[in-house]
Amino acid sequence: MAKVPLPKEKWSGNIGSVSLGDGGVRAGGGKGMPFLSFEDRSYPRALIAGEVMDDVSDFPQIVLDQFGEAASDPVSWAEEWKARGADLICLRLLSTDPDRGDASPEDAARTAREVADATGLPLIVYGCGIADKDADTMEAVSASLAGHRSILAYVEEDSYKRISAAAMANKHSVLAFSNLDINLAKQMNILLSDFGVDRSDMVMDPLMAPLGMGMEYSYSVNERIMLAALSGDRMLQVPMVCDASQAWQVRDCSDDDPSLGDVAERAAWWEFTTALAALLSGADILILRGHDAMALVKEAIDDLGGGA
Amino acid sequence: MPTAIEFFKFLPKTNCGECGQATCLAFAMQLANQKATIDACPYVDGGAKEKLEESSAPPVRAITIGSGDRAVSMGGETVLYRHERRFVNPTAFAISISDTCSAQEMEQEVSKYLDMAFERVGTVFNIDMFVLRDDSGDPESFRTAAVRLRSLTDLPLVLESSSADVLSSAAAELRDVRPLIYGAGQDNIEAMVAVAKENSLPLALIGNDLDRMAEMVEVARKGGVEDLILDLGSSSMKHILESNTVARKVSLRRTFKGLGYPLMNLVGSGPAAMMKASLAVMKYSSLVVFDSLEAQQALPLMTLRQNIYTDPQVPIQVKEDLYPISDPGEESPILFTTNFSLTYFTVRADIEKSRQPVWLQVVDTEGLSVLTAYAAGKFSHEHVATALQASGALDRSKGPIVTPGMVAKLSGKLEEALGRKVMVGTMESSALPKFLKNLRQ
Ligand code: B12
Ligand code: SF4
Repeated sequence: MAKVPLPKEKWSGNIGSVSLGDGGVRAGGGKGMPFLSFEDRSYPRALIAGEVMDDVSDFPQIVLDQFGEAASDPVSWAEEWKARGADLICLRLLSTDPDRGDASPEDAARTAREVADATGLPLIVYGCGIADKDADTMEAVSASLAGHRSILAYVEEDSYKRISAAAMANKHSVLAFSNLDINLAKQMNILLSDFGVDRSDMVMDPLMAPLGMGMEYSYSVNERIMLAALSGDRMLQVPMVCDASQAWQVRDCSDDDPSLGDVAERAAWWEFTTALAALLSGADILILRGHDAMALVKEAIDDLGGGA
Repeated sequence: MPTAIEFFKFLPKTNCGECGQATCLAFAMQLANQKATIDACPYVDGGAKEKLEESSAPPVRAITIGSGDRAVSMGGETVLYRHERRFVNPTAFAISISDTCSAQEMEQEVSKYLDMAFERVGTVFNIDMFVLRDDSGDPESFRTAAVRLRSLTDLPLVLESSSADVLSSAAAELRDVRPLIYGAGQDNIEAMVAVAKENSLPLALIGNDLDRMAEMVEVARKGGVEDLILDLGSSSMKHILESNTVARKVSLRRTFKGLGYPLMNLVGSGPAAMMKASLAVMKYSSLVVFDSLEAQQALPLMTLRQNIYTDPQVPIQVKEDLYPISDPGEESPILFTTNFSLTYFTVRADIEKSRQPVWLQVVDTEGLSVLTAYAAGKFSHEHVATALQASGALDRSKGPIVTPGMVAKLSGKLEEALGRKVMVGTMESSALPKFLKNLRQ
């Protein structure tokens, strides 16, 4: 009988891995293109980070409905994510924004600690997006989460030193953000390395643009990063974080237009599809907003056979 | 594609010049660069020609299902990763209908799915095909249902049965509209190949073992059927991912010849179908068949298909121009935006929603969105001023010029450059209806 040869690549590199929390949670470590068991029999299971905000003022109601009472404070919200099977909590400290109450770094750090204590899960912590304030916040968060390895998000080319230093001081990981370009992603990792961040303390976010709003770029940028990393480019052998919650930015995701079908289900699929594209192109950690989407994503990961 | 040296081997090496080239070698180089075709040399014999054609054929055969405007092309793909080159023929979506449903039920089903259309970024998305599924086991019922289905739609059809007897008269009746025959398995392949051959129709081969599939392909080809589509099974996402990847990869690499055909997947209905279909769109499937599909699933799925089959090197864009919306006049505001299709169509729809007359000036930013273009230096006040002057917008209206809110920074310099009032618009165009109404007062 004709024998179809398995087109197994001989990769010379593999994705590094990062250990989180008390060391029991690992991200990354893939040795082949995603989910191809003939390339990598034990392709690592992608981790799911459930998103929690400390200020829900312009947050989608559909999501709040999914979580009910739990979404009224970050701790119970995070506990709910844990109960539903999240591996990490993505905590966004929006209240630190000067226009949203200007919470102090210490208050923010306390919230982070409470979430960590209540769930035992590692965190990905974001500030409000204003560089100086975020650096202040992350310094406090780093200290309050000492001993509970988490990911401090995020650093960019023109402002990475303070947050990276804060991460190194307490052995946290840093999330290196770059803008939809393999060279920029690599450049960012080199900057961090030169600054003294160990590669086992780095994760990268090459900007997962959502379905219908730039996914056509991200899918290929991620694939190129994976191919380069597996082909031996050490500066790209860093676990990839993809933020699928950005799907909610796209209008068709959650527009309440009946001609587009049931809105809650459509939003779940919008986020799911963004997440699946991320998984197939190399995501090691997915940030998700809706728990409906998470249920679908978990089912897909099981069906794809990741996590042997 | 063979190299120049490989072509050269087949040429007579007499350098007679009849092909228009001075030497056979020069001609071989033209061939390798796809600047000439082998027919230009009268001295290449038939056997050699066939061999050359075979080795220069695309690694995944291109086939067509259906006829006329709505015919669907599949295959012809040349890459594994879309950063190398654009994926060519988008995945087609089909809905399966039973031959036992009543005339009225069939009409309802068909119209439900024909109505399931969405416009996004200037493109209309819809269902591409219908499958008629033999549940009756009766050739005459199947034939009648096929004719009825055809009368309801001119979309390409798939005729599905495991029995060649059931299929044959429907196939003969509809052969002019080129339905796909679905399909041949291990036990019925001879008969199915005969039906496809007799009516010159494309044929689907079904089997989840790649080695066996390769043998079936051989049988079909020997039987004279070349237009094949392979169903390698859809039992799980893992199975779809791996089978489709292996088939595509060995064909592109030419490490194995028998699987270079378009691929298809039957996914059923419900959440599992959506998951498999999303995967199939990204991973090389040319045709996905559903038992049912709802709007809230179809829109994300069709958007995914649009994204995956867009060339990441070339954003979809519209022409730089002045676009009148709702019959604007001399006092109407002039709004401007970029020529990225996603941006333009979003903004345009929001302006239309407001029912206010507006001049919309599109500025050529090489297909970049507002912030991307601004960050890339392609959306400066100079770019905007030049576009406004070139289109004659400034003569058409004395109304205020409105910037996208995200580039409020442009307003000062633009006002200076034009000597006209420039206002900062809203960040999101969704807030434009309110903004425009207030402007009116
Ligand atoms: C996809 C994408 C890309 C794609 C290109 C997509 C394209 N064709 O434009 C690629 C990968 C090529 C890209 C490249 C870059 N990008 Co980019 N990209 C994005 C992304 C993810 C989505 C953009 C998008 O599609 N938006 C959707 C459209 C519809 O939005 P829009 O055009 O802004 O239109 C809205 C509003 O502006 C408003 N509006 C529009 N017109 C008008 C008109 C009026 C009158 C009014 C009132 C309102 C209005 O309404 C619209 C609907 O809400 C964003 C991040 C994000 N999530 O937004 C980053 C983003 C825009 N990119 C960014 C950057 C920096 C870049 C690069 C410079 C990176 C680099 N260093 O190389 C390059 C530059 C490009 C180049 N050199 O060629 C930054 C911009 C930062 C800034 N604040 O200036 C962003 C915000 C990402 C980030 N957070 O850092 N990018
Ligand atoms: S026509 Fe044929 S034989 Fe003559 S030069 Fe061209 S390739 Fe050579």
